[in-house]
Amino acid sequence: MTSFDPQMLLSGQYHDMLMAGLWMSLQYLAFGLCLSLPLGLLIALCRLSPFKALRALGACYVEVVRSIPLLAHMLFWYFGVPELLPTALKEALYEGPVESICAVLAIGFYTAAYMAEDIRSGIRAVPPVQLEAARAIGLPYLRAMRLVILPQAIRLTVPPLISQTLNLWKGTSIATVIGAAEMMYQAGQVESQSFRSFEAFAFASIAYLGVSLAITGLASWFQHRYPVRTM
Amino acid sequence: MLELIQQYGLYFLIGQYPSGPLGGLALTLILAAMGLLLSLPLGLAFGLMRVSPWGWLRGPVTGFIYLVRGMPLLMVVFWAYFFLPSITGVKTDQFWTMLIALVVFDAAYLAEIVRAGIQGLPRGQMECARSLGLPYLRAMRSVVLPQALRNSLPSLVNQFISTIKETSLGYIIGLTEVSFIANQINTLVFTKPAEVFGALGFTYFVLCFGLSRFAHGMERRLARRGLGSHIAPKVAA
Repeated sequence: MTSFDPQMLLSGQYHDMLMAGLWMSLQYLAFGLCLSLPLGLLIALCRLSPFKALRALGACYVEVVRSIPLLAHMLFWYFGVPELLPTALKEALYEGPVESICAVLAIGFYTAAYMAEDIRSGIRAVPPVQLEAARAIGLPYLRAMRLVILPQAIRLTVPPLISQTLNLWKGTSIATVIGAAEMMYQAGQVESQSFRSFEAFAFASIAYLGVSLAITGLASWFQHRYPVRTM
Repeated sequence: MLELIQQYGLYFLIGQYPSGPLGGLALTLILAAMGLLLSLPLGLAFGLMRVSPWGWLRGPVTGFIYLVRGMPLLMVVFWAYFFLPSITGVKTDQFWTMLIALVVFDAAYLAEIVRAGIQGLPRGQMECARSLGLPYLRAMRSVVLPQALRNSLPSLVNQFISTIKETSLGYIIGLTEVSFIANQINTLVFTKPAEVFGALGFTYFVLCFGLSRFAHGMERRLARRGLGSHIAPKVAA
């Protein structure tokens, strides 16, 4: 193995490629979060709703999505879904950054299932008498949820949600299979162009690790700042 | 769809097996089972080190666990793929590369499961055993671990599910497991990507959902027997 050359990571075209990859990965993280968080909340509310059909739908979504690896989701979204779309929509999709769109959709829908479970268990950890009391003083179901249950559940759910965000971050690496130009892909490109595999992978590893540690730090800060209040 | 299954079903299940290397779903299962079995002892050792009272043992292992858990599995696979040959000097094939990456990766997660199991037990168990005169390691082996491991059995099954899902990353280094085969079938058929990848998803679903029901049943049985009173904190997969 040739000696480690930090210079190529600090400037030059390889540096630019890797930084572009990191930026792309961070964008996937942000967009994935924007998609999965509301969707996860929606599914969690479905699973807790008083209607049986909605509960079954939510449970199906969670079980099906969680049982299939992210890689299969990616392949399905990238190869399968465009074929199912009407032609006009398909062409519009291929005009845009199709890899990125499919990657974000796959990651978002995948993570939403996990987030739904975290939100649901957080809400269920709030004693049921809270809901009963809220209903008894005349609040409708949704108001009771919003004003009484959710504020208490948030302290319980945010730490596991942050840990799901960490998984989301690590999951963005899988987008490389559909050729999305995120960090893993760029590291592979740099590796094959410069034959400097050690440097390229060291950069990617440190970047993944750095963001992961930041997310972990955020979780422990939150737990310290907003501890769970028990009844 | 039926035509597809008739033509490529066997290929999907076992790859080119009788006339070539084993692949497909069979390889996925073998890889996942071997990965979990080999990482069990390692994970147990790491978990014990992680809760040990000796800092010089705890420190490096904690560092290792943070390192592995902070990286995507794909990164670990790439490191194994590119650097195992240059360290050992032997060209490692995809199967062993993937297996080694899986073992290293899973060991870190199993260590956290073991740790959660141990720390989920009431502290009195250890204190009692120590005050009866058992040395630390004996107390761990005869009193704490049997209870802790039984409580973390459901987490172990969940980890097995994760491992099955993780084997799909073998696709990227060209290991002929089930996702890779599905992609090959997709290239051969060309016109039915949604069906092929739908079938792939369905296969994983049947496998993992069955196992997760099994874990769920086990969790319930443990709770009924009163062993799960201090349910181990969930370890994120």
